[in-house]
Amino acid sequence: MVGRAGEPVGLGPDRRAAARGRRGDRLFHGAAATAGVLVVLIVVLITVFLVVHAVPALLHDQANFLTSRSWDVSVPMSFGILQLLWTTVATSVLALAIALPFSVGIALFLTHYAPPWLSRPAAVLIDLLAAVPSIVYGLWGAYIVAPKFAPIQDGIQHLLGWIPLFGGVSAISGGTTMLLVGIVLAIMVLPIMTAINREVLAKAPAAQQEAALAIGATKWEMVRTAVLPYGRAGIISGAMLGLGRALGETIAVMFILSALPQGSAWTWSLFNGGETFASKIASDAAELTPGLGTGAYIAAGLVLFLLTFVVNAVARLIIDGKKDFSE
Amino acid sequence: MIINKPARIAGVAVIAATALAGCGSASNTGSGSSSGAIAGSGSSQASNATAQASGSADCFTGSLRAAGSTAQQNAITQAISAYQAKCPGAKISYNGTGSGAGITSFTSKQIDFAGSDSALSPDKGEPAKAKQACTSDAWDLPMVTGPIAVVYNLKGVGKLTLTPKLIAKIFSGKITAWNDPAIAAANKGAKLPSTKISVFFRSDSSGTTDNFTNYMHTTDGADWPAAHGKSWTGKVGQGKAKSAGVSAAVKSTDGAIGYDEWSYAVQNTLQMAQIDSGSGPVALSAESAAEGVSSAKVVGTGKDLSLKIDYATKSPGAYPLILVTYEIVCSKYAQPKTGQDVRSFLSYMASPEFQATLPKIGSAPLPAGIQSKVATTIKAVS
Repeated sequence: MVGRAGEPVGLGPDRRAAARGRRGDRLFHGAAATAGVLVVLIVVLITVFLVVHAVPALLHDQANFLTSRSWDVSVPMSFGILQLLWTTVATSVLALAIALPFSVGIALFLTHYAPPWLSRPAAVLIDLLAAVPSIVYGLWGAYIVAPKFAPIQDGIQHLLGWIPLFGGVSAISGGTTMLLVGIVLAIMVLPIMTAINREVLAKAPAAQQEAALAIGATKWEMVRTAVLPYGRAGIISGAMLGLGRALGETIAVMFILSALPQGSAWTWSLFNGGETFASKIASDAAELTPGLGTGAYIAAGLVLFLLTFVVNAVARLIIDGKKDFSE
Repeated sequence: MIINKPARIAGVAVIAATALAGCGSASNTGSGSSSGAIAGSGSSQASNATAQASGSADCFTGSLRAAGSTAQQNAITQAISAYQAKCPGAKISYNGTGSGAGITSFTSKQIDFAGSDSALSPDKGEPAKAKQACTSDAWDLPMVTGPIAVVYNLKGVGKLTLTPKLIAKIFSGKITAWNDPAIAAANKGAKLPSTKISVFFRSDSSGTTDNFTNYMHTTDGADWPAAHGKSWTGKVGQGKAKSAGVSAAVKSTDGAIGYDEWSYAVQNTLQMAQIDSGSGPVALSAESAAEGVSSAKVVGTGKDLSLKIDYATKSPGAYPLILVTYEIVCSKYAQPKTGQDVRSFLSYMASPEFQATLPKIGSAPLPAGIQSKVATTIKAVS
């Protein structure tokens, strides 16, 4: 009001500042949009690349791509992904089943039970596990753990052999089985899941925890009613990140797991060998025949890509469904 | 604090330029340092070579690019470091990308010559493609022979003889125990335990598997009816990643049998079976492998020297289970300088002086007869 008369003088710098602010806004908007579009573009381009290379090979496939267990890429090609899919999914789900309770337990311990002098160094130690390269896990698993694991496996087979998942497989020796791969993968995905769970569980509202304790809940009851429900969405998304890593793990699986010869008998047993999508592609990559032969592997890669996609989509759905719980 | 648009673009350009420069320098230092390291490790041999070989190779200055088979990677890196020690101006790079990829790079003119586990295959139309790329015939030059060892681990059995038929029967799962009468018949006097036979194969695709399955298919098609291939075509066994994986598995499993490149068998101190093709057991050694190569026939036409190995050779003292790797070159290069450079380096690699150092790294030298043919053909490259 006062400055109306002096408007041209008074508002000059303001307007400039405003213009500058708008420019900053635009720049930031542009940068963020570019990043976002770029990611989408990369994913689309990868999909296009995979599809373009996979389709010609799929058209030449003499076997059913989804249900065949053979893998023969010399012309005439007959390849299918069933065995790869089973090995990939079984080892990853096993890894998740082992790592999930452990990671929640570790995170709860670090955030709610451990004294501060212990919780911080312990957290750092667990993060260190994530810094170990996967080739190290592979060599450790194949050459050090596997021979020691073999008798344990025999024991499990002896006790639980009547369950198809633990049925006896005589063809694979030395403990280099899907079960061991699942355990090693569990150790590999543990750090990322623990880190996320720790973040989420540490943020559970203190007021509710105190309220729970105030009405006479024990520590475990408090954790169950006031901490875990709050963290559920975060725990699930952490688990899905871990599962994604397990699905795509390449070199550790390649070193540990014994591959099967063509046409070996089908079994549900976790004591069997096999190859995952990623390990199969990696082990043959050095001698791929260009053209159709490579296309078959790319088709397998496409399935892995879609699998990871589905896992993430399901995770999103679950998280969205649980949101009301958490807040 | 406010970045304007031109500055941003400039920034992006700078980052891109750095990234590109980074790529270039990284690959340069990469090849430089690796060859440096090898030159360091083999320096004694290299200096020997310098001392002896004053006349055999004429040096060139410049660079050659080659890629392909991993089976001959050790041998060719050895040759490169020895050659470069003599000829400091020469830069040669070899990329172990696999035989298939090497031939593709060769036919798309990205490299000057290719290393391969097998000669150019007419079935795949490779000679025609190579001819198109070279605008002259492409030649296969056998250069390095890698014997394949049948390795085993059996407590109390220090010496084992296998016939081609036994090998095919064991690897196809028709013989499952070590005390099988058929094995006993070939090993009179040996105390064979009743241990179960555990077969190990390479899970990654490799020229070693290709040659080994080809050997069984050729010598005993009845017991090994499956065609040969870079991936295991058998119905039994456990697959292990790379030669190192097979070696480790055989070493740690009682009753195990597998196949391995010779160098891995030696490094891992694995027991190697003798092969009896009809004229007595033959142990694997540089001499017996060279003897095996000499019974190979040249099947290439003209100057092409692709070999057909006689897996069933009865020649005494010949170890038949061998893999021959080739260098694939143009007979006439578009640039005469490239032809000269290729000729200079490959002449050194084929020279008796270099071939004699091969057994140290687990390859066998070319037998004299074939070696002289290779030398003659290399002289014709222009």
